[in-house]
Amino acid sequence: MTLNNKLVVSASPHDRSHKTVRSIMLDVIIAMVPALIASVIFFGPRALLVECVSVGTCVIAEFISRVVMKRGQTIGDLSAVITGLLLAFNLPVNIPLWMVMIGAVVAIVVVKQFFGGIGQNFVNPAIAGRIVLLASFPVAMSTWTAPLTWSAQNLDGLTSASPLADIHTMVTAGTTPDASLVEMLIGWRAGCLGETCAIAIILGGIYLIARKVISPTIPLIYIGTVAVIMLIAGKGNLEFVAYELLGGGLMLGAFFMATDYTTSPITFKGKIIFAVGCGVITSLIRLFGNLPEGVSYSIIIMNILVPLIENITLPKPFGTPKKKKEAKAE
Amino acid sequence: MAEKKSLGKELTKGIIIENPVLRLVLGTCPTLATTTSVTSAIGMGISASIVLICSNIVISALRKVIPAKVRIPAYIVVIASFVTIVQMLVKAFVPVLDEQLGVYLPLIVVNCIILGRAEAFAGKNGVLASAVDGLGMGIGFTVALFVMGTIREILGAGSFLAGISGLIGGTFDGFKIPFLNENPMLIFILAPGGFFVYGLVMALSNKLAESKGKPKAELQGCEKCPMAKSCSIRMTDEACDKKEVEA
Repeated sequence: MTLNNKLVVSASPHDRSHKTVRSIMLDVIIAMVPALIASVIFFGPRALLVECVSVGTCVIAEFISRVVMKRGQTIGDLSAVITGLLLAFNLPVNIPLWMVMIGAVVAIVVVKQFFGGIGQNFVNPAIAGRIVLLASFPVAMSTWTAPLTWSAQNLDGLTSASPLADIHTMVTAGTTPDASLVEMLIGWRAGCLGETCAIAIILGGIYLIARKVISPTIPLIYIGTVAVIMLIAGKGNLEFVAYELLGGGLMLGAFFMATDYTTSPITFKGKIIFAVGCGVITSLIRLFGNLPEGVSYSIIIMNILVPLIENITLPKPFGTPKKKKEAKAE
Repeated sequence: MAEKKSLGKELTKGIIIENPVLRLVLGTCPTLATTTSVTSAIGMGISASIVLICSNIVISALRKVIPAKVRIPAYIVVIASFVTIVQMLVKAFVPVLDEQLGVYLPLIVVNCIILGRAEAFAGKNGVLASAVDGLGMGIGFTVALFVMGTIREILGAGSFLAGISGLIGGTFDGFKIPFLNENPMLIFILAPGGFFVYGLVMALSNKLAESKGKPKAELQGCEKCPMAKSCSIRMTDEACDKKEVEA
């Protein structure tokens, strides 16, 4: 994709973007830094350890699998680093480190490299890694640690329920969740490493949108869909809607995981369908499912549907007759 | 033509080259359902093998009597009789296995491997060759189930051969794998893990067969199928037409 050799007579496009896979991935990493800092502040040095182990395992797994498969080395494009970071963001802080490694290996080797490496994975590798871990070790994956309990001065509650569980009883039983809305916004709540601090994630998201790395379509429509459904489900209770939006991994999923290039549709219409689907499935799982959180499952289900969505939203070339069915290109 | 092959080849082809589960991708449903433990995998493999051998023999013996047009119902009747017998035997002598396999034991009736072998082999070959073919395919099925069951049970339950005493009697009741026993990766005994393991083992058997110069088991039309030489599906249309004309 680089302009190494400028004296080539070629077909269009003649004016190429200066973005490379690496520069885009670097932008995503920069966008994740606020959430990373927030995770270390709230969950302590062990958060950083989990993130390092996850990133390290991902990069090493990618390196080894490329060597074993005798394919060109791709660790330089930094995509494995992002997968590792995202996976760590989706894990609780006290998860055993060998589980982190298993998740990272599943994400990189099984989901990404078995299907051909970067750009070929059929679902988001980080989410797949998280779901494999969640299905394998449900206890370790849902043992939450209250924030700021890592420092010696503050040893109030060591473990705590994910606020999402509280929120669900909010409307039905009329209880109030432990965390206030402001606490939810700054991330003062139990949860996965990277998902708690909504401000940091939104900051990263705005950076990505400003740098034109992602388009705002998917995150906004995804979050909007969840908001509308929760407004209906909560019978107009705005506080409930705000809790639902800030709780769980919705922000992280909407900005960083649903927008993955490989596993989201290219067309604008497709993006809308994709995002609405994510929102509907997330809401349904949260409202009616056995699991408190549905973000990762909703994204993975819509990931699998992406080829179908792209097929039905294939734009028609200008000037083609209306009724005539086009032969599928490619 | 197939009868000219040596019986040894008919026996061994079912184990790797034409392994019903890994190379022909038949019998997927019982494979995924019963490989959650080695014990039930072995039980399923043996039960299906017995049915396969018996039905292959009978179908092969009756191949000249069964009219081509109603051969599938006729095969099903033969297979169903043997499945009923096996099910009664299992219920009487190894009730533990009957509980483990549940509905998958009677479902052997519609197992693609058995009907597939009846259609592709027993309906066209002699009794002895068909019996050997059934034995080889049965061993291949059991081996595939055993391999998958081993991986899934060790990783997913942290044990190996658990509950085997219900199958063979005695006091030995399997091993416990030290670390995995406390931290089993539950996904491996769930359906998604089954698909993962199936895919990986299939890739491995493809690799093995490829090193022997055999085509990969990809679903790309009849020509590339490992069973292409003996398969009757392609032939049936033309063969049926011819027979109708002759009649």
